[in-house]
Amino acid sequence: MVRLKELPVEELFTSGHRLCAGCGAGIVARMTMKALRGPTVVVNATGCMEVASTIYPYTAWKVPWVHVAFENAAAVASGIEAAYKAMMKRNAWDKKVDIIAFGGDGGTFDIGIQALSGALERGHDFLYICYDNEAYMNTGIQRSGATPHGAATTTSPAGTKIPGKPEFKKDFIGICAAHGIEYAATASPAYWNDYITKVRKGLEVDGPAVIHVFSPCPLGMRFDSAKSIELARLAVQTRYWPVYEVEKGKYKLNIRVPKPKPIEDFLKPQGRFRHLFQPQFRYVIDALQRHVDENWKRITELCGEA
Amino acid sequence: MSKILGLTGDGAVAYAVKQCNVDVVAAYPITPQTLIVEEFSEYVHNGEVHTEFVCVESEHSAMSACVGASLTGARVFTATASQGLALMHEMLYIASSLRCPIVMGVVNRTLSAPINIHCDHSDMMGSRDCGWIQIYVENAQEAYDWIIQAFRIAENPDVLLPVTVNLDAFILSHSLEGVKVLDDVEVEKFVSTRKPVLSINPDKPITVGALCLTDFFFETKRQHVEAMNQSPKTISKVNREFAELTGRGYDFIETYGMDDAEVAIICLGSTAGTAKAVAKSMRANGKKVGVIKPWVYRPFPTEQIVKTIENIKALAVLDRACSIGAPYGPLCSDVIATLYKEGIKLNVFNVIYGLGGRDMTPLDIEAVFNETLEIAKTGVIKEPVKFVGVRE
Repeated sequence: MVRLKELPVEELFTSGHRLCAGCGAGIVARMTMKALRGPTVVVNATGCMEVASTIYPYTAWKVPWVHVAFENAAAVASGIEAAYKAMMKRNAWDKKVDIIAFGGDGGTFDIGIQALSGALERGHDFLYICYDNEAYMNTGIQRSGATPHGAATTTSPAGTKIPGKPEFKKDFIGICAAHGIEYAATASPAYWNDYITKVRKGLEVDGPAVIHVFSPCPLGMRFDSAKSIELARLAVQTRYWPVYEVEKGKYKLNIRVPKPKPIEDFLKPQGRFRHLFQPQFRYVIDALQRHVDENWKRITELCGEA
Repeated sequence: MSKILGLTGDGAVAYAVKQCNVDVVAAYPITPQTLIVEEFSEYVHNGEVHTEFVCVESEHSAMSACVGASLTGARVFTATASQGLALMHEMLYIASSLRCPIVMGVVNRTLSAPINIHCDHSDMMGSRDCGWIQIYVENAQEAYDWIIQAFRIAENPDVLLPVTVNLDAFILSHSLEGVKVLDDVEVEKFVSTRKPVLSINPDKPITVGALCLTDFFFETKRQHVEAMNQSPKTISKVNREFAELTGRGYDFIETYGMDDAEVAIICLGSTAGTAKAVAKSMRANGKKVGVIKPWVYRPFPTEQIVKTIENIKALAVLDRACSIGAPYGPLCSDVIATLYKEGIKLNVFNVIYGLGGRDMTPLDIEAVFNETLEIAKTGVIKEPVKFVGVRE
């Protein structure tokens, strides 16, 4: 695991961007840039990270950065990778370039999953990072395929009859791993050295790699912006966000949680779950706890820990 | 030394692309463009090209990958048709606005519903405002010739706009013709390799595709318009150089019989070939009819069209697409706007024909010419928009 003093001092994702205070996406971008091993190009799907980091004529990126549209970061990365390969063949380019594509959960779980699946199947050499803030935060907090059960969003509001989102979150890493890619992992920004080590690992893989990182959103999840990292840690300590990796099909648990905190500890600080603490919606919290327990059992079994 | 090969329209496109030093082809198969990607795959798998062929999972990703590759500095080609072009629609605007000089073969097929795989121009006409240079060809030879020229036009630093070369579904895409092809070295000399003005290069980081709000967006569009408006200079220059190389002269429009024509038909694509044949036989019988075929549809060749219609008395504008709810089909709207702007009073009527691959026969075209001659004589237009070849 990487150590603090080994990280470069240089900031390739600079201050001055317009992400909210406490935004997980900014923290993820900055930590990612600390893991680079050489010339790197960043592709960004439309979303918070994109709109807030490159408001013309300014940019927060000191590496080449490309935004094309919402659903196609993986396809754009495919084209960039193919271009370098072809230009190398005719001696118009001579160095290996790492390609990182960032997408939020909307651009990844939902509208962009086809382009991502295609790129993973074709085996392009790139690292895809999904920063998951669990809803369409950029457009005003609408539900996504990554929004957890019970969470209130502007399209799954805390109604009197339907208390938040009825559905559960997709198993995104399971989908990616099913493509037979060499490396897929989850991470949390609270465990920075685990995340940065994984980014480096993903870059070193010859072929596609995917990292799914929890991205606290003070605005959309409704919590104190000073407590983003605390929330990211609670997500892991409640077993809500298991941190593991899938290397050549083999699952490995990276952070053991022998004494899990109850899911309420993760839900309580967040306004999006406030309605669940009314007595008539207790059953939703129970369902969430059951889901967390079952998912943890499933993952740890896959990791050979259970 | 040129030689003659038996090629389909699609085959002619694939053969031209093979000779053009293309770095990246990202494409998704769709009838009737399939022969292009199939034949090109053979060139790739037989090691005849250095191209990276990205077999994407959709046309949307095809154009997305093309944009990524083009921004990186590669020479890029793709091809599609119909629903594929419609699925790309979002990306067409981004490709042209990010000034990616991509060349795309569009095999014009109608749009669903009902589903139909045959020719009309609804696909490209539905995307005609996407900011690309748009070429329409009459036969496989023209498809071959324009693909080669398209790379030079698109990649010229004064242009930096993507180009579509449109060819009619099946009528051209799947019909075998004798095509005069150049030697590989001649094409290589003509197109060279791409020299990008700006590219994604870790040594000189740039940000591409930034958020551009009310303070700057309009200026980027104005520049895009200006690039299109300035492109005719480059198109003419490339046409001239290509004529020197091949002896085959191209221009914004081709005309037939227009020196003394009293009436004319203006149309795009393969129909112009039929129209010329009909005009030839009618002219042999003393009827002064002519044909105007725009090769270049965007930028619209206003000047050239105005010059050629100066002395005619009536004009039939043939549209192989309809703009439902609009006064005329797309080509006719452009022609009428041009005439009005130039203060030219001319009897014009619009013919909508050939939708979903319905044949436009020589007899149909002869009837259109006769009606145009009648209008020239009487000055009376009975039907401003006439549907030819449909059961009503």
